[in-house]
Amino acid sequence: MAKASRPRLAVWKFASCDGCQLSLLDCEDELLAVADAIDIAYFMEATRGRISGRYDLSLVEGSITTPHDAERIRDIRRISDVVITIGACATSGGIQALRNFADVREYTSIVYARPDYISTLATSTAIADHIRVEFELRGCPINKRQLLEVVSAYLAGRKPVTPAHSVCVECKLRGTVCVMVAHGTPCLGPVTHAGCGALCPSYNRGCYGCFGPMETPNAPALSQHLAELGMEDRAIARLYSTFNADAEPFREERERHGP
Amino acid sequence: MDTGREQAVLTVDGVDALFAALRDQGYRVVGPTLRDQAIVYDDISGAADLPRGWTDEQDGGHYRLTRRDDDALFGYVVGPHSWKQFLHPPRQRLWSARREDGGTEVTAEVTPPGRFAFIGVRACELNAIAIQDRVFLGGPFADPHYQARREDAFFVAVNCGQAGGTCFCASMKTGPKVEAGFDLALTEILDDGGSRFLVEIGSDAGRDVLVSLPKTAATEQDRSVASEIVARTTRSMGREMPDGDIRELLLANLEHSRWDDVAERCLTCGNCTMVCPTCFCTTVEDASDLAGVETSRERRWDSCFTMDFSYIHGGSVRTSARSRYRQWMTHKLATWIDQFGSSGCVGCGRCITWCPVGIDITEEVRAIRGGG
Ligand code: SF4
Ligand code: SF4
Ligand code: SF4
Ligand code: SF4
Repeated sequence: MAKASRPRLAVWKFASCDGCQLSLLDCEDELLAVADAIDIAYFMEATRGRISGRYDLSLVEGSITTPHDAERIRDIRRISDVVITIGACATSGGIQALRNFADVREYTSIVYARPDYISTLATSTAIADHIRVEFELRGCPINKRQLLEVVSAYLAGRKPVTPAHSVCVECKLRGTVCVMVAHGTPCLGPVTHAGCGALCPSYNRGCYGCFGPMETPNAPALSQHLAELGMEDRAIARLYSTFNADAEPFREERERHGP
Repeated sequence: MDTGREQAVLTVDGVDALFAALRDQGYRVVGPTLRDQAIVYDDISGAADLPRGWTDEQDGGHYRLTRRDDDALFGYVVGPHSWKQFLHPPRQRLWSARREDGGTEVTAEVTPPGRFAFIGVRACELNAIAIQDRVFLGGPFADPHYQARREDAFFVAVNCGQAGGTCFCASMKTGPKVEAGFDLALTEILDDGGSRFLVEIGSDAGRDVLVSLPKTAATEQDRSVASEIVARTTRSMGREMPDGDIRELLLANLEHSRWDDVAERCLTCGNCTMVCPTCFCTTVEDASDLAGVETSRERRWDSCFTMDFSYIHGGSVRTSARSRYRQWMTHKLATWIDQFGSSGCVGCGRCITWCPVGIDITEEVRAIRGGG
């Protein structure tokens, strides 16, 4: 592909840990192919970029937690043709959305020596709560194979293959023994969006729900089963209060069991 | 057990020799083995790889391995895997294409013969394979991938020595005695001397393999003990499908309130369909590379519990859990009969055991029928 016709890509960061952006750098073997296919015009993790002109594709990591960021995301929308959010923070507010259920002023007064220097919103919210986004890629962090799929699909002008069914389907595709049925290990896989390839169960651990709710989650039914496995209400509430705590089906379930 | 078929008796060493003989004939020997606290199907190199002395405890949403007080080689029932893992694998590439200067070259995927020797196949499983044969090979178009894997498969069946907690093959008339579709069938006889196996010949290929093995003649006593084992298994089924015309029952009750009840419990996770040995549905997924030069199409197991499954222009047709569970159960037990000439359920119990919340297909039928 001629250089001039390569789409311009930007990777933007908001409140997040950088883990999702690093998934892009983690594509070691494919990185050259990525750089061949698109012009990585702005990417703080990899280049000393410039913010100028327009971008064909903007990947956005992180959630909106400050008034300044709420402004900046609008600017990014204005200069981008396609906006794709990457990761749990950008898609549901991330672990920092736990603040949405608490008093932020109280937090800041405990954590910072000069809380008056801190300018922050009371909430951590998803990018889609602020602007229109074309696609949301799940995961904490995102799966690099899925990221490559999203970029490849964008370049080919097709829909990315990122099914929204349960993690259980992925367990079964890889032949993993169900940790909940065979070991009694609590697992959020039945209510969690696929994409990781059922990573945790393949290491004999229950799913923590880092890809957020699947397409039609029935969290109350799963919680009832977790209670039958011996989990107490507090523990059930905590299980839903992680990387996607503010995603609606998980938040509602936490509220049903939490204080 | 007088079935009119030729019989002989093998020792544990004889069974080991059987696996070696199959391997010598170029078969890929696949059978039950222990992994991650379950009995799965995988490549095995000899009788030592079998879950000797283990059994499985099964109930709705519950599976645990426990030790037996003997050294039985086949003292358990079916686990999370089924043979469809091999005959109809989760992912199957269909074709790939490459863009060259002037045009595009498309290469259809050719599946080489599987040459599997499946060890320890149960009666319900042989019936499930017969059902998938009708699905993939029975119509006007044979699926070439399934055909290549299926064609020269060798089946060493086992008559179940006990029924599992979720088994109900007896009420589906698909077991526990293996009746057809096998090359050799074993019945494990356990006594003070350990295990010996009454082996029944089901095909010429079975006879050919058996010729070279160390064996003894089957006695009248062996036959009657083996019959008693199967009869005992029949009596100890963990579950039972209600009798009567289930097709009629379900189709007459499409608006029954029980569908709402099960929808409250169902996670729409799809596990039941993935573990079911007769479920065959797939979707296709396309891949393209970053450079836009290579592309390929793959089919992968899908489930009537996913939204994509019923996605047509504008959205999914079956959005509620109610409609999806009903689709699954009415297809399995009713419309399957119209489509393929038999029930789609062989009573293996997997969908009950591996449903995370233990939804029980026999219980749901009973509830719709009413009257307990
Ligand atoms: S281990 Fe978890 S994700 Fe996998 S099938 Fe079981 S419940 Fe589902
Ligand atoms: S199994 Fe669950 S917690 Fe683990 S990586 Fe996958 S989605 Fe995240
Ligand atoms: S419906 Fe359930 S019991 Fe029947 S064959 Fe399928 S998995 Fe086995
Ligand atoms: S019946 Fe059980 S296994 Fe099947 S989709 Fe519902 S919860 Fe999942």
